[in-house]
Amino acid sequence: MNKQALFEIGLEELPARFIDDAEKQLKTKTAEWLGKNRLPSEQITVFSTPRRLAVLIGGLPDKQPDIEEKAKGPAKHIALTEDGEWSKAAIGFTKGQGKSVEDIYFESIKGTEYAHVDKYIEGVSTETILQEFKELILSLTFPKNMRWGDRTLKYVRPIRWLVALFEEKVIPFEIEGVQTGAVTKGHRFLGEDITLHHPGAYEESLETQYVIADRNKRMEDINQQLVHLQETKGWEIHEDKELLKEVTDLVEFPTVFSGSFDEEFLKVPEEALITSMKEHQRYFPVHQGASLLPYFVGVRNGDEQYLDNVARGNEKVLRARLSDAQFFYEEDQKISIESRLAKLKTIVYQEDLGTLADKVLRVEEITSLLSDKLSVSSEDKAHAGRAAHISKFDLVTQMVDEFTNLQGMMGEKYAEIFGESKEVAVAMREQYMPKQAGSASPETTVGAILSVADKLDTIVGTIAIGNLPSGSQDPYGLRRQALGILQIFGDHNWKTDLTELLDEIIDHYKRKGLGTVPEEQLKKDVHEFFDARAAYLMKKENVESDIVDAVLASGVGFYPITKQKAHLLSEKRNDSDFREVHESFGRVLNMAEKADSSAVDPSLFDKEEEMNLYHVHKDMMTEFESSLNASQVEKALDTLTLLAAPIHGFFDNIMVMTEDNKVRENRLALLNNIAETLYMFADFRAVQWKQHN
Amino acid sequence: MDIQTMILTLQKHWSDHGCILMQAYDTEKGAGTMSPMTLLRSLGPEPWNVAYVEPSRRPADGRYGENPNRLYQHHQFQVIMKPSPDNIQEIYLESLKALGIDPKQHDIRFVEDNWENPTLGAAGLGWEVWLDGMEITQFTYFQQIGGLEAKPVSAEITYGIERLASYIQDKENVFDLEWTNGVTVGDIFSQPEYEHSVYTFEESDEQMLFGLFNTYEKEAEKLMEKDLVFPAYDYVLKCSHTFNLLDAKGVISVTERTGYIGRVRKLARKIAKTYVEKREELGFPMLDKEESSHE
Repeated sequence: MNKQALFEIGLEELPARFIDDAEKQLKTKTAEWLGKNRLPSEQITVFSTPRRLAVLIGGLPDKQPDIEEKAKGPAKHIALTEDGEWSKAAIGFTKGQGKSVEDIYFESIKGTEYAHVDKYIEGVSTETILQEFKELILSLTFPKNMRWGDRTLKYVRPIRWLVALFEEKVIPFEIEGVQTGAVTKGHRFLGEDITLHHPGAYEESLETQYVIADRNKRMEDINQQLVHLQETKGWEIHEDKELLKEVTDLVEFPTVFSGSFDEEFLKVPEEALITSMKEHQRYFPVHQGASLLPYFVGVRNGDEQYLDNVARGNEKVLRARLSDAQFFYEEDQKISIESRLAKLKTIVYQEDLGTLADKVLRVEEITSLLSDKLSVSSEDKAHAGRAAHISKFDLVTQMVDEFTNLQGMMGEKYAEIFGESKEVAVAMREQYMPKQAGSASPETTVGAILSVADKLDTIVGTIAIGNLPSGSQDPYGLRRQALGILQIFGDHNWKTDLTELLDEIIDHYKRKGLGTVPEEQLKKDVHEFFDARAAYLMKKENVESDIVDAVLASGVGFYPITKQKAHLLSEKRNDSDFREVHESFGRVLNMAEKADSSAVDPSLFDKEEEMNLYHVHKDMMTEFESSLNASQVEKALDTLTLLAAPIHGFFDNIMVMTEDNKVRENRLALLNNIAETLYMFADFRAVQWKQHN
Repeated sequence: MDIQTMILTLQKHWSDHGCILMQAYDTEKGAGTMSPMTLLRSLGPEPWNVAYVEPSRRPADGRYGENPNRLYQHHQFQVIMKPSPDNIQEIYLESLKALGIDPKQHDIRFVEDNWENPTLGAAGLGWEVWLDGMEITQFTYFQQIGGLEAKPVSAEITYGIERLASYIQDKENVFDLEWTNGVTVGDIFSQPEYEHSVYTFEESDEQMLFGLFNTYEKEAEKLMEKDLVFPAYDYVLKCSHTFNLLDAKGVISVTERTGYIGRVRKLARKIAKTYVEKREELGFPMLDKEESSHE
């Protein structure tokens, strides 16, 4: 029970980004495969380098365990003929099981007797079963596959060698002309071919040929070399798991080296330098405190020999890249913002939505509308207007053309250089925030306004031309942007009705004749789209869906307040005192649906309870509204609660549906008035009463 | 090693490995891939092993001869081996050794890079080869050409001559590279680089170029009605270069761009399909040369 097997797939260089998943697949699929083939094992170890995927299976038996199985055959009355002889069916059954009729015994299943035989299955030798491991190798899946030579198999990269060993024996099979053997390959340049005499020798043998097959070990090795370098040089190399993973998957034998670049380049914005180093060259940038140092750290696929040579070569490459960046940065400063803006007229933003200049114009309009609604200071409004006007100028700079991830960032730098105010410059960068769900919102009001205006234009515009996201289809990232808008409304505690704002934007677009989706449909699409995002956000904060429905009944509205209401209702529904209140509101909301108007004539009241309800409602309105506006949600609900007793009094003593038309309509109108007030808070009927006691 | 010797060395190396040495194709193009010696010949079942230098024009990369790393026209050394041999990576690495690059003294890596040319309906999987962090070669297994499945698969190896030379000669500026015997790239190419940049960005006549594009396109379509594959393809190359000039001038908007690329792609697909049909009519004549081309 202590045999080992080894399988290694030798490949031309695997894409680094596939290796993590390939290793995981190899491990789980091997475990499943062994289970399916009734082979117990004690240990499954996987290995991976750019040129190989391997699995070592430990604790295997010589053969599958033997098993005894009871096989069920025909029922007794079929197994035996009328004469008491074995029927053809019985004979056929035993033959099929490799037994004879003498072996038959009967056992009853649910009152019917059936023929049975005991079948002894002898385990197959492990060696034989392992030949089928080929199917596992072919079952690995990759995001992208290819063909090579005149072969038909589609696989991640060409297979160049295969190792399949059970103890000292080669397990024979073939994939696309490659026959399994015992020979593995060392490092491409430093190592030699190795004949493995036993699976257990795999890792150590490879290490002698400059291949560290254990991925975690390689990663740890790099990490330690980085730590060592930091200590000897007094540098800080920020932890970067993604980059560490990537470089680990690009080398078989890692050696860390460092190089330097001219301090002159530090004048180029740091982000551009870091992008060049990290994204393009897979180097670790070097810091000291907050500042970037003119050094970089790379990982070589090889040993320490000629390491200086390698470092010098890498310095040269980086120098060329940084000179490019520097060149772009300097050239960009020679062209004014205004002439950049003129260029925007020649670039199509999206078919049917015009050029980038057209988009900027719309963003300016929304910015102005939003600034007014938020009643920001006149300075902020002016800054936001200017920021919107120049918001996209950096998209046509050489720097952003080369480093697209620096959009906004370069806008900020260049805006400062060209003498724009600090507020405007910062907004250039902040317009793209939050970068993803949950990351930081713009800090400044001007940045927040621009960010929301830009996103609103993208969302409304894209939906207006018929590109409403559906299912997994969201190529323009509209969902992320809508979440960003809601996040900003929440973080900045903006008391503006988003639903109303959306309607005004749509009206405006329609007046301009933009988009193909009809106005009513567009409003519906956009509202539902935002409602769904708001619901998503609230549910993420553990608000249950009935409460989400209740507070979104009349749209997202004042989002920060909507959210507070949701949290308050989530608490209230556990409060036994609230049950009565909740019931009273439900009665009003149900009955109010029968109303045709909300014009109340107090002179038509003839019962004390209706007069009372009318006055209580009238008296609480001011406080209710001002509490809501001040986002004092709890106070608003408390005020609303004052209506509960009069409502119950009303329904307990008054027949609403009386014969007298005028009186009936008047009572319904009163209820309708109150319902409208209640809706300002939520559709209470959607809230389920969940209290347990 | 000067550039001339580099080219001679690569030619010798690939010739020794069974490649036909071709000369550059005489129509403007953006990359060695676009030569019919690659694009058409890599289609269909016939074996094809070829190597050639291709001057490649990229109008948008023109920098008036002032940028040390960018050129309006650079040189590619292009290799196609169909079907791709099992030891193609090793043959390639041998070529680096022939150029005096000892892999043990450097850091050579194959870093994933998948190549796609939507205009030609072409796509492949492979790597960029890094030499101490510098991309010196594009290494691709063609999967699709002109919208057709590449079967068998060709390996395409494209060396960036100036890139590689700047490493071998340890020069910072492309114009300082030695072509041969004291003659530099600058001596030969500074003036054309400057003048082509002036032409591309300042002097080119957009209306004329738009007109030419349409004329070339019509001619290609007309030729395809007569199944004249090679002449039609020449006009597609002319369309492509004309488009690049217009694009570099910044007069093609994003929307129009998609339209123009679509038009060229449509033609390229048709040509690819017809090329294979014509070869089939001829009985795929290169098929019986398979033995002799492998040594």
